[in-house]
Amino acid sequence: MVTTPVLLLLTTVVTIRPFADSSLHSSMAASAVVRRLSSAPLHDHRLLRPFSTTGSESTITVETSVPFTGHKIDPPSRSVETTPFELLSFFRDMSLMRRMEIAADSLYKSKLIRGFCHLYDGQESIAIGLEAAITKKDAIITAYRDHCIYLGRGGTLVESFAELMGRRAGCSKGKGGSMHFYKKESGFFGGHGIVGAQVPLGCGLAFAQKYLKEGTVSFALYGDGAANQGQLFEALNISALWDLPAILVCENNHYGMGTAEWRSSKSPAYYKRGDYVPGLKVDGMDVLAVKQASKFAKEYALKNGPIILEMDTYRYHGHSMSDPGSTYRTRDEISGVRQERDPIERIRKLLLSHEIATVSDLKDIEKEVRKEVEEAIAQAKENLMPDPSELFTNVYVKGFGVEVSGNASDVSFGADRKEVKAILP
Amino acid sequence: MAASLQSAVFLSNRIDPHRRLFASPARSLPGTKGSILVVRSDGRISGRLSGRNLITNAVATKADTPTSSTDSKPGHELLLFEALREGLEEEMDRDPRVCVMGEDVGHYGGSYKVTKGLAPKYGDLRVLDTPIAENSFTGMGIGAAMTGLRPVIEGMNMGFLLLAYNQISNNCGMLHYTSGGQFKIPVVIRGPGGVGRQLGAEHSQRLESYFQSIPGLQMVACSTPYNAKGLMKAAIRSDNPVVLFEHVLLYNLKERIPDEEYVLCLEEAEMVRPGEHVTILTYSRMRYHVMQAAKTLVNKGYDPEVIDIRSLKPFDLYTIGNSVKKTHRVLIVEECMRTGGIGSSLRAAIIDNFWDYLDAPIMCLSSQDVPTPYAGTLEEWTVVQPAQIVAAVEQLCQ
Repeated sequence: MVTTPVLLLLTTVVTIRPFADSSLHSSMAASAVVRRLSSAPLHDHRLLRPFSTTGSESTITVETSVPFTGHKIDPPSRSVETTPFELLSFFRDMSLMRRMEIAADSLYKSKLIRGFCHLYDGQESIAIGLEAAITKKDAIITAYRDHCIYLGRGGTLVESFAELMGRRAGCSKGKGGSMHFYKKESGFFGGHGIVGAQVPLGCGLAFAQKYLKEGTVSFALYGDGAANQGQLFEALNISALWDLPAILVCENNHYGMGTAEWRSSKSPAYYKRGDYVPGLKVDGMDVLAVKQASKFAKEYALKNGPIILEMDTYRYHGHSMSDPGSTYRTRDEISGVRQERDPIERIRKLLLSHEIATVSDLKDIEKEVRKEVEEAIAQAKENLMPDPSELFTNVYVKGFGVEVSGNASDVSFGADRKEVKAILP
Repeated sequence: MAASLQSAVFLSNRIDPHRRLFASPARSLPGTKGSILVVRSDGRISGRLSGRNLITNAVATKADTPTSSTDSKPGHELLLFEALREGLEEEMDRDPRVCVMGEDVGHYGGSYKVTKGLAPKYGDLRVLDTPIAENSFTGMGIGAAMTGLRPVIEGMNMGFLLLAYNQISNNCGMLHYTSGGQFKIPVVIRGPGGVGRQLGAEHSQRLESYFQSIPGLQMVACSTPYNAKGLMKAAIRSDNPVVLFEHVLLYNLKERIPDEEYVLCLEEAEMVRPGEHVTILTYSRMRYHVMQAAKTLVNKGYDPEVIDIRSLKPFDLYTIGNSVKKTHRVLIVEECMRTGGIGSSLRAAIIDNFWDYLDAPIMCLSSQDVPTPYAGTLEEWTVVQPAQIVAAVEQLCQ
């Protein structure tokens, strides 16, 4: 009768509850993790050691590396709740991202990837921590260092590598490249080459979310170099005026290509730059801190408007593959950060100290991840380059009279040249 | 001795006093052999002659010398970005008001190494590392120019200057006019643009088509180390705002350029290859595609005249017109998009001025009106390739 459809509705709601909710059934969680990151069909990712000491539903409380610092806001607590399963998934996901970026490095050196390639290794904890706190209905937009965020949003390895190599199976059909990864269905809005231009876009996403009363938020990620762009402050002002659920996340890796933050910014406290907009400074290399801050920011933004999160992080590679990364910083600094603050190492230590996994378990996960990446690269390499007609598709939306003319005799010179004619309605 | 006196007389008749090379004492450029040859306005020569040919006029002459004056002359070899740097350095030495501002131009040495070594030499106040704020630092450069400095503003990629479009259009281009001539804006705005190797849509833009209608701006495009250095120096010396378009893929071109100082004319085109059958007008990277096509065309029996227009605003209609009057057929090869590019303006200019001399409609080969795709094959099809140039010439010359 009347109650039956309501019951149905309830059950559907349960199955799409976000992964971070620890009351979710563990097998759903397992397959969710696997499905999210694996490009191959679902296969059995059983953990090699059963949970004898801690059940997969028990929570662990971990303290973040440093307390949060707030600007015009009370920072959240330093204690983060997590489950062993979540920690393992963090480890696996971050290792996958790390491996993907390193593979992209070698693909670039063998000239399969060309142009610009900006790698995210060292910063994976931001992508993972963010995902752990939000749903796919929330929006994320970032700049050109977008490969790992794309993965976090549900992109597959094959799509990533195919796009990097310019093949038709890529997420943008090979037409975008490294700096233009998008995934509309899971709320990933790119992927932008011009520094800072994505922040007004992100505030626009938040505006639409508020307009359509969706109850979701937008995260606009940018770097410390972009923090000096005027359009950022313009967008922030408007977002604050209109109380938009926009969260501006500054991924502060301390270098804007070759310029250190102290040389480009008079005030390197990016979380305070919002002035009237509250801010939070987070250790970006601690995935649990990122998760806590993102959750806190989402709750805040839905009620009160914009907030700035500054993630203190580091990139091991140079700005892009054409930048060695060592002319403006010392190798000691890079290896120092790698030893002290590496996000994957931190989770590894946590897992080992809480006896959730052994050293060999983790090594096995890394081997698996490596294999997955290699398979994805092989699959992507076999994929073809886009068809020549793709040059003219998606310039406009079909239906407004734009067609491709194949008249080789009149104006095209050779088979690779076609003229686009527009028929006015 | 008599010979040198004779050549001195010869020189004094030939040298245009306004084109006097320079009056300061001779000094050598770093890393070059021989000293600067100084020819004074009254024809006196100082510096060692060392028995080689005197270069009386290093400015590219109109259609007389078939190729640029660099071949088979002693000089030094360098890459295009080094030529730009040499030009910049010479101008910074000569005039203390010249400064450079841009992203990563100082300590990093420039993302394409054009400003490498300048920061340690001139210091932080003359070679300025700016934050990533194109709109602001372009505006600041223009403001500094209004009061007497001569900034060289670098856009790391021309596409980033779109963020500064308002400053370039409204302030840079218009202030001299709207102030009734009180302020002059001697800035040089330079940077690499054009379609590179799979750099993606946003980093492969051709800004010359966007800037060309801004009144008050002059635009030049360099294509060889020789004209890169000459145009850089001319642009810095010019009291008008000049936009110098470099190309990402041309930075590593090597050429031998004269040791002596030279400045090129900003409004002059370069005759690359004289011919009889068809005039091919091109600039920047397309020059090389055209020259590649020219080899094929010569084998097929055609004799194309290739002109590198260099000056994108205003056009050198003198050189172009002479060529059209000779060949009666024009092909324009450009990297801009089909819609609203330099080619379409050039076409209009030629039709307006030389209609009676044309035997065939002007053909214009441009890039497709699409955002530049990342995939290598698609990107190749976006841009004009030599095979298309050959086919176009064949069609024109039927």
